[in-house]
Amino acid sequence: MKHVLSVLVENKPGVLSRVTGLISRRGFNIESLSVGPTEDPTMSRVTAIVNADEVGYEQITKQLHKLISVHKITDLTDEGAIERELVLIKVNATPDRRNEIIEIANIFRAKIVDVGRSSLIIEATGDEEKLRGLEDLFRAYGLKEVIRTGKIAMSRNSKDRSAE
Amino acid sequence: MSAKKTTEASKSERRSAASVGAPRGLGSQTAKQGKTMLGAEAIVASLEAEGVDIVFGYPGGQAIKIYDALFDSTQLHHVLARHEQGAVHMADGYARATGRPGVAIVTSGPGATNTVTGIATAYMDSIPLVVITGQVPRPVIGTDSFQESDIVGITMPVVKHSFLLQSTDELTATFREAFHIASTGRPGPVLIDVPSDLAGAEMVFEYPDQVSIPSYKPTYRGNAKQIRAACRLLEDARRPILYVGGGVVTSEASDELIRLADLMQIPVVTTLMGKGAFPASHPLNLGAVGMHGAKYSNLAVTESDLLIAVGARFSDRVTGKLSEFAPHADVVHIDIDPAEIGKVREAQVPIVGDAKGVLAGMIDQLVKDDAHPQTQAWIETISGWRTRFPFYHPNIKEDDAEIVPELVMEELSDQLDPRASVVVTEVGQHQMWAHQFVDRETPRSWLSSGGLGTMGFGFPAAIGAALGCPDKQVVCVAGDGSFQMNSQEMATAAINGVPVKVMILDNRALGMVHQWQKLFYQQRYSETILEPNPDFVKLADAYGWQAERIDEPGQVSDAIARMLAHDGPYLLDVKISPEQNVYPMVAPGSALDDVMGAIDVAVGAVRTDMPATPAEDRSPCATIDAQFGGRWESDPDDKHERMSAEEFSETEGA
Repeated sequence: MKHVLSVLVENKPGVLSRVTGLISRRGFNIESLSVGPTEDPTMSRVTAIVNADEVGYEQITKQLHKLISVHKITDLTDEGAIERELVLIKVNATPDRRNEIIEIANIFRAKIVDVGRSSLIIEATGDEEKLRGLEDLFRAYGLKEVIRTGKIAMSRNSKDRSAE
Repeated sequence: MSAKKTTEASKSERRSAASVGAPRGLGSQTAKQGKTMLGAEAIVASLEAEGVDIVFGYPGGQAIKIYDALFDSTQLHHVLARHEQGAVHMADGYARATGRPGVAIVTSGPGATNTVTGIATAYMDSIPLVVITGQVPRPVIGTDSFQESDIVGITMPVVKHSFLLQSTDELTATFREAFHIASTGRPGPVLIDVPSDLAGAEMVFEYPDQVSIPSYKPTYRGNAKQIRAACRLLEDARRPILYVGGGVVTSEASDELIRLADLMQIPVVTTLMGKGAFPASHPLNLGAVGMHGAKYSNLAVTESDLLIAVGARFSDRVTGKLSEFAPHADVVHIDIDPAEIGKVREAQVPIVGDAKGVLAGMIDQLVKDDAHPQTQAWIETISGWRTRFPFYHPNIKEDDAEIVPELVMEELSDQLDPRASVVVTEVGQHQMWAHQFVDRETPRSWLSSGGLGTMGFGFPAAIGAALGCPDKQVVCVAGDGSFQMNSQEMATAAINGVPVKVMILDNRALGMVHQWQKLFYQQRYSETILEPNPDFVKLADAYGWQAERIDEPGQVSDAIARMLAHDGPYLLDVKISPEQNVYPMVAPGSALDDVMGAIDVAVGAVRTDMPATPAEDRSPCATIDAQFGGRWESDPDDKHERMSAEEFSETEGA
């Protein structure tokens, strides 16, 4: 089962490799990963999506807690947390099909950020379902390149539920 | 008020030294506090403030400033090893024997990479180390400069924590944190990488007494409710077993362990790391458990109805086939590391905490409950097994002209004063014979590489132990293979006058692998014959050691006496047959009670259930892979039942 882990870590060099190294060394695969600063400049937030059963998930969080650089782990899986991802899609767009593509983008509230001779770059944010839907629709026109940021997630509650 | 104070006092007594974590030295009270000095001098001053009196190491270009500062220290005694791996194992042996963190200093690049095996060894066995590595100056980090290696990156999976020093401002706090992290909670190695420009930069030395690491707060006090739950299980148990690991040694919980075992009359099995935590002479001691443990210990674990694991981690070398390990038992698992609980075996009562306090809490609760042991029948059953399946019987001696390694170990055990000696081992057959036959009464008197199984660990560790415990007789039991992995440290022992004794059980082979090839690989002895070995007596002589070689059973007793009586370092080369196997043995992947080669007195004191020669037509690899149940351990989606070796080979055939 997929787990969304939100890990608050020290903002120090090498911390990301401590976290990812530990997860992979214990035999788990990271499906999505994003890292960024937080409201506190000494801390960073790692959002990782990991596929593991209950026992495996418990091991990952316990082992992560042992890292001196890890301050807090929040499990956002069952939270109904807000999950977002940003995607850039470069899609084939001959002049005669441009309007169709722009129309689709508008429906998804996506933005056209670059217009080329034979392609468009579209920027979209949203949850997984929306972005998958958008990608599927554009596939018909020919996808040249798709880049995703990896998911970030935030609990709806003001108080985080600890993963322990 | 005073009553409250007494309770608090008695509680603080229950805290093991590991839980305190304050500087062992003067901390902020040294004469150097407040003085302006170079970074290198501040490193030396920090070690002094931590109360360090001995460091092990090897200098080099990027460590030269630290060594220059060491030159002036009157408190620090530096022991120059002959290889960085040796230096780290020495620091490790020192830490295991004394309980204080071991310190090693090496240079950058190859000096740093040579420490990796030593650090990994300490990590697997939870030994407190502080390893200081020189690094190239900050401006050239990342440019592949001469003798540069990313040692923080390389060692990341095998350290408890590591620091790459970024500024002299954080130097003293880093050292304080390193010592605190290394020696508290579940101890482990901590690495500090020091760019040489920082070692040469001026700074004011202000050593802190306190540490503040908000993300690091080990749990020492066990949950009272869980302790009560454990006691309830214990009060009802008819066939309990205490399964004791190295955590009891670390936690200094031997007294509490003995009291609990006595109070409830619980038989005790010890892992390789736990040996010494419970006295060998105690009637409830069942000794070694696991792959080469006694058949009676393994049967006792298998038949138990309650397994109280204390500071033990259910290693595959103890459990054998996991699905058949202690199948009738509820598990109480006491460990300071929450990640160990439930990692391998589900615990009915998990207790995260320091073993010393948790065991004391259990004793209090049991006394309060007026609990009485109900294990008499159980102890009688085990005692019957013990009589029936002894480790050794004169009947099984194969050849009167050959020295029998088991008897050599027994003789060594008899001649040593258990309270004034430390036995250190290398890794292999000799390690298992020593584990089976050398009796230990006190913690920290038995040092062995348990988790990583590092050949080459024992001899340098013995030097470190001897330097840490000058009043104790330190004997390293070695194999001829292991000893040759770090034999260069004979120079270190000779030059520093370390009176370490090395006893080589010399079978001219890599005995343990040879044994597996014999039993599971159709006697295809691929690269396990070391013949001809160097002449160890001449080698010892070259280093200025005393040495002797024996090859007849009649010589053993006197030769050991001569070795122990000698003042300086001494090597005793004991020739044994390369065909000797360590028994009893649980084949990898087999259930713990599926014991091969145990002696059975009931059928005339012969080894029973000897392994059949594997059939010629199938790959023996199947059997070996089955030690992990014939599947990869790491696949979280694999929910399949584990296969036995037989099942696995059947699928191979089909």
